Amino acid sequence: MAVKGILKEGEYYDSVTLMLVARDVLAMEGVEDAAVVMGTEQNKSILETSGILLDMFKDAIDSDLLIAVKAKDEATCNAAIEKAKELLTSRRSKAQETGEYMPKSLEGAVDFLPDANMVIISLAGKYAGDEAMKALKKGLHVMLFSDNIPVEKEIELKKYGKEHGLLVMGPDCGTAIINGAPLCFANVVNRGDIGIVAASGTGLQEVSAVISNEGAGVSQAIGTGGRDVKKDVGGIMFIEGIKALEEDPETKYIALVSKPPHPEVLEKVAALIKIEIKKPVVAILLGGDPKVVEGAGAIPANTLEEAGLIAASFSKGKSMDEFKKLLEEREKELLNLAEKESKNKTAAQKFVRGLYTGGTLCDEAMLISRTIIGEVYGNAPLNPQFKLEDSWRSKENTFVDLGEDEFTVGRPHPMIDFALRNKKILEEAEDKEVAVILLDVVLGYGSNMNPGDELNPVIKQAKETAEKGGRNITFVCTITGTDKDPQGRGKVKQQLEDAGAIVVASNAAASKLASYIVKNLGGAK
Amino acid sequence: MRKISDLFKQELQAINIGLVSFKESLEDVEVKVIQVDWRPSAATDDETRDALQKLLGTK
Repeated sequence: MAVKGILKEGEYYDSVTLMLVARDVLAMEGVEDAAVVMGTEQNKSILETSGILLDMFKDAIDSDLLIAVKAKDEATCNAAIEKAKELLTSRRSKAQETGEYMPKSLEGAVDFLPDANMVIISLAGKYAGDEAMKALKKGLHVMLFSDNIPVEKEIELKKYGKEHGLLVMGPDCGTAIINGAPLCFANVVNRGDIGIVAASGTGLQEVSAVISNEGAGVSQAIGTGGRDVKKDVGGIMFIEGIKALEEDPETKYIALVSKPPHPEVLEKVAALIKIEIKKPVVAILLGGDPKVVEGAGAIPANTLEEAGLIAASFSKGKSMDEFKKLLEEREKELLNLAEKESKNKTAAQKFVRGLYTGGTLCDEAMLISRTIIGEVYGNAPLNPQFKLEDSWRSKENTFVDLGEDEFTVGRPHPMIDFALRNKKILEEAEDKEVAVILLDVVLGYGSNMNPGDELNPVIKQAKETAEKGGRNITFVCTITGTDKDPQGRGKVKQQLEDAGAIVVASNAAASKLASYIVKNLGGAK
Repeated sequence: MRKISDLFKQELQAINIGLVSFKESLEDVEVKVIQVDWRPSAATDDETRDALQKLLGTK
C-alpha cells in the first residue's frame, strides 16, 4: 500500500467541486482512500484520522489545495493524483471558457450588478458571517447557506436585518423560494398565493411540493434556519417573515413550518398571529404543542402533507370538510395497500428500515411511526433511549438520518451522493428480519440530478438478494418534488416503480404505509 | 423606511459567494446572477485578521 500527495498553494475550489472530484478518484481501480480538500485545520484532522496526512500538509493553510491518495502501489497513486488534477482543471476551464466576468469581491459584484438585491453565501462558517454583514451594510438581503456560524453572530446579523428591513435567511438555511426563484436546494413549484415561513429546510420543500402537486402555488417561501426559533435568537426572522407575508398583496394564505420552537418563541408567534395577522394561517410544528397556535386562531396541521393540503384547499376555495374527505380516502388506500403487502412476508420479517436523506423528513417519519408501531431506533431518535449504539448497525425498527455528521464527514450530502445509502440498502436487504425499506428522494436544484437512474438498479438488486433467500421486501418511497423540477417527479416515480417500489404522495403517507405493514406483521413495540 | 416585503415587488438579482452550483441553478431559471471569485484572504488565522482589521480601522 502506498500513500502519495501534492500541495498546491493558492488554488481555491468550493467544497462540492472538491468532494465530487474526490468521489471520482475514489472510484478508480486500486484506490483505497482519497481526499481532495482545502488545507483547513478541520480537513487536516480528517486526513490525520484517515492516516493520509502527509508531512508536507502539516503547515498547509486554508488557501492551499491538498490532494492525498492511498492506493495499492505508487503508480496507482500517481495516476489518481493526475486524474484529480485533470478533473479540477476541466472544472476551472469550464468557467473560463464561457469568458464570464467574476469579480473578486462583493464590492466588485455590486459594481457589476448594481440592482442586485440578494446575496447567497455558502462559504466556510468562519468567513460567511463577515461576508453576510458586508452584504447587509450594502442594503442587500442575505441567504446564508453556511453553518458553523456562532449564535452571537447570527443574532447580530438578524437584529441588523430587522432594523433595516432586510431578510437574513439562515445560517444553515438550505432552501428558499423568492419571487418564484428556487434558491439553493429548492423545488420548482407553481407560483400562487400561499406564502411559507419555515425554520426547516426539507420541511419547506415537502410543503411547497405538496402545494404545487395539488395544483395550488407559492408566492414566497422564506427559510430562517433551524436555530432562529430557539431561545437565543428568539424567532427574529420567523416573525419578520410572517409580517412580510402579511404585507405582501400576492400572498393570501400563510403556512408556517418548523420543528418545535422554544415556548417563548411560540408565544411570540402566537401573539403576532392573534393581533396583527389577518390572513388565514396553517401551522405544522413537528412534534410541538399545537394548542398555542390554535388558540391564536391558526389551524394546526398534523403532518407536512396536511399543512400543504390545507393551504392548497384554502387557495382553491375548498372547504375543510372536502379536505378531511380527501385525507380519509387516502388513509383507506394506505390501509388496503398495507394489507396486501403484509401477505407475502416470512414469519421472521417484521421490521422497517427507514434510510433518510432529509433530516426533517426523518423526524416526521419517526413522529408518525411512533403513533402506529411505537418508538423506533435511530442515530437521532425522538427518545434518546432508542439511540443506536452504532449508527451503522440497524436494530428492529430503525430510521436513520444519513445527513447527520457521522455519515457526512468528508463526503457530499446524501441528497447529492447516493453511494452510502445505496450500500445501506443492499446491507438491509440481507437482514432476514427486514420487511420494509423506506426511502425519501428529494428532488430540486442542488440534489442528485439522476435519482431514478441511481436507485432503480439498487432496489432491483436488493429485491433479488432477498428473493434468493425466499423473502419479499417492500420498498416504500416518497418523492419530495414536482414535475417542474429538473429531475421530473413523474419520471423518477416511474423509474422507482419499474424497480418494484411503491411510491406514495408524501412522506407522511410513506411512513404510515411502512408502519401499517410492520403493525400487521407484529413488529410493533 | 425599507421593508422586507419591498423585495417581493422587485426583480430578483443575486450575487453568489461560494458553491458555483447555486449560481448555475439560478441561471437555469433565468435569474440574473453573478458569481464572486472568492478565496480566503492571506490573513487566515483569527489573530492576524483581528490585527489587520484593527490597523485598517474596519473593526
